[in-house]
Amino acid sequence: MGELKTEKHVEYILSVEKRKDDFVSVVMEHLRLNGAYWGLTTLDILGKLEAVDQDEVVSWVMQCQHKSGGFGGNIGHDPHLLYTLSAIQVLALFDKIEVLDIEKVSNYIAGLQNEDGSFSGDMWGEVDTRFSYIAICSLALLHQLDKINVEKAVKYILSCQNLDGGFGCTPGAESHAGQIFCCVGALAITGSLHHVDEDLLGWWLCERQVKSGGLNGRPEKLPDVCYSWWVLSSLIMIDRVHWIDKEKLVKFILDCQDKENGGISDRPDDAVDVFHTYFGVAGLSLLEYPGLKAIDPAYALPVDVINRIFLGN
Amino acid sequence: MHGIYRKTPSQDEQEASALKAIELRDLQSQFLHLHHNKIYTKEALETSAKLLEVNPEHYTGWNYRKLAVQHFLNHQSETEADSESIQSVLNEELKVVENALKKNFKSYGAWYHRKWVLSKGHSSTDNELRLLVKFQKLDSRNFNAWNYRRFITMLKKISDEEELQYTTDMIYDNFSNYSAWHNRSVLLSHLFEKRGERQSHKESVLEEEFEFVRNALFTDPDDQSGWFYHLWLLDQTVKLEPFLLSSWPPHGSSRSVDYLDGRNLFPSMHSLSKDRMFPLVLYFSEPVEGVNSSTVTIECEYYANEDVIWRPLSANKFGFSQVWFTYLNLPDEVHSLKDCHVKVFVAQFPDIVSSSGFSCSQTSHIVFSLCVPSHDREHAEGQTVPRFSWKDKEFYSHATQSHDASLLRSLHQLKIAEESKSKAASDWSMKIISNEIAHCRELLSSTNCKIGKLTLARLLMAQNKLISYGIPNDGIEVHYEEILGLYHDLMKLDPVHICCYEDESSLVLLKQVTSSMESILRYCYQYGDSTSPRMYPCLCLRLNGLSLSQIGSVERLLWIQMLDLSHNKIRSIEGLEALQLLSCLNLSNNKICSFTALEPLRSLKSLKVLNISYNEIGAHAVNTRRYLCSSPMTHTVENDWNFKEFTNSGVKLTNHWDVFFIFRDLNLIQLDIMGNAVVNDQLKSFLFKLMPSLKWLDGENRN
Repeated sequence: MGELKTEKHVEYILSVEKRKDDFVSVVMEHLRLNGAYWGLTTLDILGKLEAVDQDEVVSWVMQCQHKSGGFGGNIGHDPHLLYTLSAIQVLALFDKIEVLDIEKVSNYIAGLQNEDGSFSGDMWGEVDTRFSYIAICSLALLHQLDKINVEKAVKYILSCQNLDGGFGCTPGAESHAGQIFCCVGALAITGSLHHVDEDLLGWWLCERQVKSGGLNGRPEKLPDVCYSWWVLSSLIMIDRVHWIDKEKLVKFILDCQDKENGGISDRPDDAVDVFHTYFGVAGLSLLEYPGLKAIDPAYALPVDVINRIFLGN
Repeated sequence: MHGIYRKTPSQDEQEASALKAIELRDLQSQFLHLHHNKIYTKEALETSAKLLEVNPEHYTGWNYRKLAVQHFLNHQSETEADSESIQSVLNEELKVVENALKKNFKSYGAWYHRKWVLSKGHSSTDNELRLLVKFQKLDSRNFNAWNYRRFITMLKKISDEEELQYTTDMIYDNFSNYSAWHNRSVLLSHLFEKRGERQSHKESVLEEEFEFVRNALFTDPDDQSGWFYHLWLLDQTVKLEPFLLSSWPPHGSSRSVDYLDGRNLFPSMHSLSKDRMFPLVLYFSEPVEGVNSSTVTIECEYYANEDVIWRPLSANKFGFSQVWFTYLNLPDEVHSLKDCHVKVFVAQFPDIVSSSGFSCSQTSHIVFSLCVPSHDREHAEGQTVPRFSWKDKEFYSHATQSHDASLLRSLHQLKIAEESKSKAASDWSMKIISNEIAHCRELLSSTNCKIGKLTLARLLMAQNKLISYGIPNDGIEVHYEEILGLYHDLMKLDPVHICCYEDESSLVLLKQVTSSMESILRYCYQYGDSTSPRMYPCLCLRLNGLSLSQIGSVERLLWIQMLDLSHNKIRSIEGLEALQLLSCLNLSNNKICSFTALEPLRSLKSLKVLNISYNEIGAHAVNTRRYLCSSPMTHTVENDWNFKEFTNSGVKLTNHWDVFFIFRDLNLIQLDIMGNAVVNDQLKSFLFKLMPSLKWLDGENRN
């Protein structure tokens, strides 16, 4: 069995943080705030969060905030729920949520709930259960869940439940592991997981494990390291993770590392990126790989951060 | 980000890439400038189009284009509404989307922009359908395209039947099209809902679907798509009305109110026995809501029905639960009563409803009588209670004792009352299942297909369930050994999923164990021999060492007072909350990984002796039960616990909130927890403080 090249991955992430001008960084400029969350959470899981300049990061994050209260993917970009969650998560990592005007951010988020309980991603109205998860997770971290109609939000999510036990992005949409993570996570955070048929969904999810040990996102598709998070965290939340072969999955993730230059890719021998590095490391943490900080499967933040937020005085 | 081969770029490649980067960066900052200054000239729009063609994920670019369209439309309304120029502007948007989709077929931003344009109502939906057919030929699994198709068919008000034909065509094209099967299930669900009560129509459609999917299964048994669809068809076939499966006390029994029985010397530590509260449990065939004092009425000379409050026994915010209970409160003055008759009428009105929307239309009635002993037989407080032992030598198999009346009364439970059989359960369901079993066997005779075997096992269990509901089955009996054999084969055939098969197999084993009085008696033991004074309830169900990984068939075990589940592989005790009479429970040597996993015990007011030694509490960084149980993280627990009284004992809330939450309402006399990584002296002293009733902890007396 290979081993996790922690030092190389730390170096890789720090180098990505410094890079802003190569083509890949420019193309991803609009979601840099997501990238910050992926990179920083990975560093924290690897025990190396102190390697970054906290004040610099926090100040940059706040500059991404729009006058509406929401956050854009980078400075000058339009606000959207996708980046608002990442902003809150990054601040949570540094225990700096207090720099936020909580009322302002919460109102932006709550204002995006629709009549039927669903959430739009921004003022333009795209509806997707990813946004339901983001709204619920964000507001829960800020202790502002009562700003939305939780019952309706849950009912909408359940209307996206499919006959295979999974969830899609809108009612009638096909089950997909990413959407399943979002819906199961939102139901978990609101204490509504008993609406899920754990055995039915658990079986659909455990069938994502293919011969190589990796997980795919839906039937007849290729395995991908990012599903080590989406599928795995969902399995953990419904207590069915013992239905997959954990050792084989660990081996798959380790095989996706670039052992020379650091970083993890979607499949062995593919190009690495921060997105897959985070999901690989987070997946290993969920699989209890030694030496990693524990990560919470619903909030996607280290357990000690979650305990501090929900149990701290 | 996906599917790009890893290689170190050559010098030339690096230079070219650097140039591209500078170009794109300039384009992007130029664009942002235009956007912030709200410039919507033709040139500006061209810049944004160029940007979105190169980088369709630049979401602000799509926002800008919407703003530009709105700007144009507002301008238009000032002059005359020129529908041609509106159309040409919108067509331009559609062109930009098409170019973007060429670059990234899965771009959410591009697809949503197209949807936004179509919502304006000026564009041709026929065009869209033509485009979709083209797209879906290229990639039939693209879910953005399927979602968009659903959007367009709704706009065009295309009927579900027509769309059904489209999925049929797609499936005939390629059986392995999960997306098409999925869409089919969505359309049929709509059609079933619309048709409402016409069960006969639904039945004929389902029969056709079984035939349709059989083609796929026989052509390529290893492709999953058809099998998942088949599982859904099976679920639709056995959808029944909910009904009352079992109850405590069982119908026709005569109960002596046991814990006021002088033989039972548990000290009264809480109001339960003082107020003579007697549990009444209703176990339904599936989770239902609407159980209250109007839908379930109690007739008893000493008790007013209006005072009854029915509560769900599972943690479920929206009120659906398979198990409902209440306490019968006998007033103090009532004693020395030989026969207090109680009649319970369940489902007086069809307001008890399952989550599938079926209502319980048959009324069941349960009649039992209580025997309330006189006051002077109540126990004295502070009597010394001996330590309970789970050792083998303390238990005597039922055969060595004469059958006593209490044993037979307890096992009476197993007979499901005649009236409780579901009327709505049809012969048709049985016919279909038997058919499918035959087809499945036929398939498996020529191929050793994993999902086929699993499906056969599930079909046999479904048939078994219908038989137990009293549906005539032409004498077919379920052979548990065959089903267990199938799971055994599956564990060999598909070792990656071995724990899944173990879990399903455990449920089969428990069904077998509880299937008849004879088989249950084999697992029943008497605690202590009949000569020694009875300190503890006498009958124990011993299910230790059976490799059980899940608990099931609880509806047949409501009479249990002592349960031994030690030396198994249990990780979750969901289901045990229904066992309201449980006073002694052994869970040692299992796979319980956290205190939160013990949440079901909080409902067990009679629990006095608990053994959770040699489990895995504290051994795992990941708590897989956390989100299935109440906690501050799931917003199901108030955060205003009175934890202050414990802070000086050196115990921190962050480390022990779960211990506090689980044990503070329990009144255990005896607890065994050794062999768990979490155990230390601090925890033990905390437990003594938390439970004043606790006399024995890991064999140590409180003093």
